[in-house]
Amino acid sequence: MATRTDPKKDVVIIGLGWTGAIMGMELANEGLDILALERGDDRSTVPDFQYPNIFDELKYAVRYDLMQKPVNSTLTVRHNTQETALPYRHLGSFLPGDGVGGAGVHWNGQNWRPQAVEYRLRSYVEETFGADIIPEDMQLQDWGVTAEELEPHLTKFESVAGIAGKAGNINGEIQEGGNPFEAPRSVEYPMPPLKNTWDSELFADAARKMGYHPFPRPSANASIQYVNDYGMQLGPCNYCGFCERFGCNNYSKSSPQVCILDALKRKPNFSYKAKCEVLKIEKAADGKTATGVTYFDDNTGEEVFQPADLVLVCAYSLHNVHLLLLSEIGQPYDPDTGEGVVGRNYSYQMTGGTSLWFKDKVFNPFVGTGSGGMTIDDFSMSQIDFGKEGFIGGSYITCGHTGGRPIQQMALPPGTPAWGAGWKEAVGEWYGHNLSIGSHGSNMAYRDTCLDLDPTYKDRHGRPLMRMTFNWKDNDIKMTQFMKARIEEIAESMNPDAMASGYKGDGAQYDVRPYQSTHNVGGAIMGTDPKTSAINRYLQSWDCHNVWVMGASAFPQNIQYNPTGAVGGLAYWALEALRKDYLPNPRPLM
Amino acid sequence: MREMPGRPSRRGFLKGTAAGVAIASLAGSANAQAPQKEPPPPLDQYERVYFNEAEWAFVMAACDRLIPSGGNGPGAIDCRVPVFIDRQLAGNFGTAADWYMQGPFDPAANPTLGFQSPLTPAEIYRQAIPVFQDWCKTNHGDSFENLEAATQDAALTSLQKGEVGLAPELRDFFQFLLANTKEGYFADPGYGGNHDMQAWVYIGFPGARGAFTSWPGRENAKYPLGPVSISGERA
Repeated sequence: MATRTDPKKDVVIIGLGWTGAIMGMELANEGLDILALERGDDRSTVPDFQYPNIFDELKYAVRYDLMQKPVNSTLTVRHNTQETALPYRHLGSFLPGDGVGGAGVHWNGQNWRPQAVEYRLRSYVEETFGADIIPEDMQLQDWGVTAEELEPHLTKFESVAGIAGKAGNINGEIQEGGNPFEAPRSVEYPMPPLKNTWDSELFADAARKMGYHPFPRPSANASIQYVNDYGMQLGPCNYCGFCERFGCNNYSKSSPQVCILDALKRKPNFSYKAKCEVLKIEKAADGKTATGVTYFDDNTGEEVFQPADLVLVCAYSLHNVHLLLLSEIGQPYDPDTGEGVVGRNYSYQMTGGTSLWFKDKVFNPFVGTGSGGMTIDDFSMSQIDFGKEGFIGGSYITCGHTGGRPIQQMALPPGTPAWGAGWKEAVGEWYGHNLSIGSHGSNMAYRDTCLDLDPTYKDRHGRPLMRMTFNWKDNDIKMTQFMKARIEEIAESMNPDAMASGYKGDGAQYDVRPYQSTHNVGGAIMGTDPKTSAINRYLQSWDCHNVWVMGASAFPQNIQYNPTGAVGGLAYWALEALRKDYLPNPRPLM
Repeated sequence: MREMPGRPSRRGFLKGTAAGVAIASLAGSANAQAPQKEPPPPLDQYERVYFNEAEWAFVMAACDRLIPSGGNGPGAIDCRVPVFIDRQLAGNFGTAADWYMQGPFDPAANPTLGFQSPLTPAEIYRQAIPVFQDWCKTNHGDSFENLEAATQDAALTSLQKGEVGLAPELRDFFQFLLANTKEGYFADPGYGGNHDMQAWVYIGFPGARGAFTSWPGRENAKYPLGPVSISGERA
């Protein structure tokens, strides 16, 4: 029970990462009185990411200093609905952020837009290949929005974040040097691409010779100095090699801190509190609206009720779903009956890669940035004949050093011993002689890949942990094996001295130990049918119209790209509906 | 600490440390400008914060096989890796301070579900070392630190393969030991290992330099500067 009730706010925002900062900024500009609640620590570039302390691989990359602490919040995992789920006791496979800035602090900055077909994947597959090719338990769904509708909002996010890249398709006209397979864009990227590292140039040359279309990765690492829509300044990246898992000391990697927060904090009608974890969204007696949130204030040890007219759920995707389940907003999904919507269609990301070693090439791998590098999209969703290949999905294929940090980024040729004299010899011989070509691909949602409340394990507040049920499926393994064959052709054409591939194969089980990606999506998915989606096409809860849920929890299945670009675009799309349609007349918009 | 037959002697550790300093001095003139640093105590005089004497003898010997001295590059002992591990086990890592450690526990669960032991890493070291030492005595006739190098390697291989009869709640012991050894080798020297940044010098990692603006895209051009640490030391 709350020990205190605070004065009502117009808006309460749960989580101060990318979407919380965007919603805060735009709604503060509307004159609303806003409070954001962030369960983690307060964080700013200085002192939290400053030179030289941030250049600490052990503290940040290995011990996860900027990430969520499982002692405070975690979930349980099982492979299928028959297994007993066990807690994700320390981080490995995915690294949710907490703290001000959220996962927008420690991301690499690979900022993509989904392909046009990905927003309407079920329709595309049915129209193009026939419904028969969809496996029975694959719950393919459309998003309820189109690439055309989202385009201005994706552009707005890219303008705020300051993305470096080269457009491939401006209003239908293919641009030399960009991605010819991207959905039409209205404008060029705000910044030119980053400088390439040599390894990615070698990859691009090899790909070009095979008839593919290499282009620079769209990057949230600034290539030039830049001032964004909110007057925030970014400085050009200096390729320090400490990007993913680190905050940027150089004001170069786009983050809520660098792009929004210092401007937002100046607004008198916006405030935020760190170390305040929302325990529950409270509902009105009729269950049709939320009255506010109850949160635990770690600063004072108090439970507080914060009334608000509008509740914006802007936490990490998994926590959005957890909070909806705990708050009983929307019917929980039941994988046995297929009924219910909250927790439905969890999906992950299918990645794989081939490493190459060259005795006579020196790459200086510590010269890197989180998202420089070159990509081909020739095997993307829109380019694959699903009927012929026997799977639904696609990948981008990419190469570029993000850093050469020796504890975690020491790739050694196959056959190297894990320890002893042979290992020591190998680290001296091969460090800096390696490049890696990666496949970053889609992952479909299935009837049994879902999120619900765990019957056994509790968090530090006594609330049930969320339970994830997930395993790899044949469709997605076929997809990644297809990419393996394509990548190995490119790799072999580069004549390495040694080569090793790592892709999921037949019978692969989801393993929570090795890092794979933090692209956990779904569970509070968007759509146009309240029977199969938790939120409508504007990201508004079907059940409580004053609860809006941002983030990748909205994706009905995973795209083949990193999610942040779409997450940012969806936030601006939702804002337009909120501003123009909802605030003047609060009600269910669909 | 007593001498280990067939192993680098205490004198050897001292020599290793001195050699490390000498290598660092040769790497650049920068050291000449830096204030003279007090050399750390020899490893047998190091004041441990977690390990007891028997554990320390094992960890010293095990690290010395996981990353041996001799050949190219420094070994774990030259880099003072055991100091790193001792400090890590006394800190947040050793106590699993950030991990979810509420029961019920199923330590024998499918390994793909991750760490499921009720014991912290520090407790796992403490309970696993005597089990492994007993196994070494039974199978090889002596404590690990007293075995010949080749026998030690064989014993560590058995440990790595799960052949020494560790209970499920101790099954991650070797993985922790190996990972912590490599961490201590390559982490910033502020954590007690990577002494004088020898491991960084060896592979050519420049540490916390943090700015390479003119370097992307250069072909086959080796970066010329030696490493710096977070505290500003250069090697």
